[in-house]
Amino acid sequence: MTEQTETASRTPLMILAWLWVGLPFAYGVYELLLKLSQLFSG
Amino acid sequence: MLEDGQKLILPTSGGFLSRSRTIAPPTWSRWLVPPAALSVHLSIGQAYSWSVFKPPLEKALDLSGTQSALPFQLGIVMLGLSAAFGGPLVERNGPRWAMFVSMVCFASGFLISALGVATSQYWLVVLGYGFVGGIGLGIGYISPVSTLMKWFPDRPGMATGIAIMGFGGGALIASPWSTQMLGSFGAGTGGIAKTFLVHGVVYAVFMSLGVLLVRVPADGWLPKGWDPAKAAARALVTTANVSARNAIRTPQFWFLWVVLCFNVTAGIGILEKAAPMIQDFFANTATPISVSAAAGFVALLSLANMTGRIVWSSTSDLIGRKNMYRVYLGVGAVLYLIISLAGDSHTVVFILCALGILSFYGGGFATVPAYLKDLFGTYQVGAIHGRLLTAWSIAGVLGPLIVNAIADSQKAAGKTGPALYTTSLYIMIGLLVVGFLSNEMIRPVKDKYHEPPLVTVDEPGTLATPQGGS
Repeated sequence: MTEQTETASRTPLMILAWLWVGLPFAYGVYELLLKLSQLFSG
Repeated sequence: MLEDGQKLILPTSGGFLSRSRTIAPPTWSRWLVPPAALSVHLSIGQAYSWSVFKPPLEKALDLSGTQSALPFQLGIVMLGLSAAFGGPLVERNGPRWAMFVSMVCFASGFLISALGVATSQYWLVVLGYGFVGGIGLGIGYISPVSTLMKWFPDRPGMATGIAIMGFGGGALIASPWSTQMLGSFGAGTGGIAKTFLVHGVVYAVFMSLGVLLVRVPADGWLPKGWDPAKAAARALVTTANVSARNAIRTPQFWFLWVVLCFNVTAGIGILEKAAPMIQDFFANTATPISVSAAAGFVALLSLANMTGRIVWSSTSDLIGRKNMYRVYLGVGAVLYLIISLAGDSHTVVFILCALGILSFYGGGFATVPAYLKDLFGTYQVGAIHGRLLTAWSIAGVLGPLIVNAIADSQKAAGKTGPALYTTSLYIMIGLLVVGFLSNEMIRPVKDKYHEPPLVTVDEPGTLATPQGGS
């Protein structure tokens, strides 16, 4: 058996799943970049 | 009839959490599995932001610094123990069961801690966050590893790199989030209890995505256009399987244990003391490092640690695991040497070298599951990974111990600047060289450790195709 092409019905689930983990991660990286700026301003 | 040397695997029936209920339908996309893994790793990565709770706990419950560190320390010990001993259970019951256990333990840890703070019973915080939550850390850490590598046999380094990058990212999310929540609820017992309560509920909801979404590939599933025989033609990559019990009897396991232990020791030594180290290093120069700049340096190291997990682990899929560890350990030793030779003459050189070392530290963590898969197959790779993580527990003690003890003794001897750390740097170089040599000793696992071929039985009396599953 080979990998099946995902059906269009999985696309909303895919978007939801990646946003679920992507948004908190983006928040964490944003907060990190704010701290990082202190290296160059301090 | 079974042929000689074949092993009979009977299907296990069960409820929603059972492995059989997680077998993916043919239309399932493997790209739904990394978010499932990330929902667990981004949550349990919170452990590394425990320090946010230390000052308020110390003030509210009149604790010493040592006491307030206990829940974190017990949590890390439990992480190592539950990953080492819980691995076979994870392999047997499947990723959904493991993620559910992790979710229940990790969230309950916060809820018990909330009760402990609200009633001023600190032992409940230690028991809840440290013991119960720590089991959630260990089971959660290994829960998606073998599943990801079965979905991505063509890119196992990248797949586990995504999940293990999530563990690094968890603290980045939790640190500012917990700080803001303590600011809103207050840092007294009531505020801390509410903060723990919200953490428990939110992490339970967040991790439930992983429980619901995780799937294992059906027997015989392979990525489109990928040829396992071609992949196995690479050095050290096996198509055979080794059990966790047999794996720890092989020299390969212990060579890799040394590799991981010393790579982590070298990275954690800098990471744990990054802020005071950069300030001490350049204290006697015309451009000393301020407290806020040192905080920025720590943030930069976190970014390098996280980025290294995905970038270097993905690179290992292209250049091979052994070569990748040659880079981590060999180039890492050279970077340490440059730091010690450059001293306090160049801030940029110090920062760039530290970034490289920390990216190799993260990469070492993320690449090791794929290295284990190459050597021992996917059969019980999660359990083998769990046992290897005992190297992390040792390194977590060893790295900070070396750097702190030497810095303290040098300070007591009246030394300042880079001299506080020179001896530590040379010790780290020595450890990395030993790790490098240990990596060179790794050869393919001997046939005598391989499992006999597996035969899956769908119904009593019916033989299906041989398939290495766990």
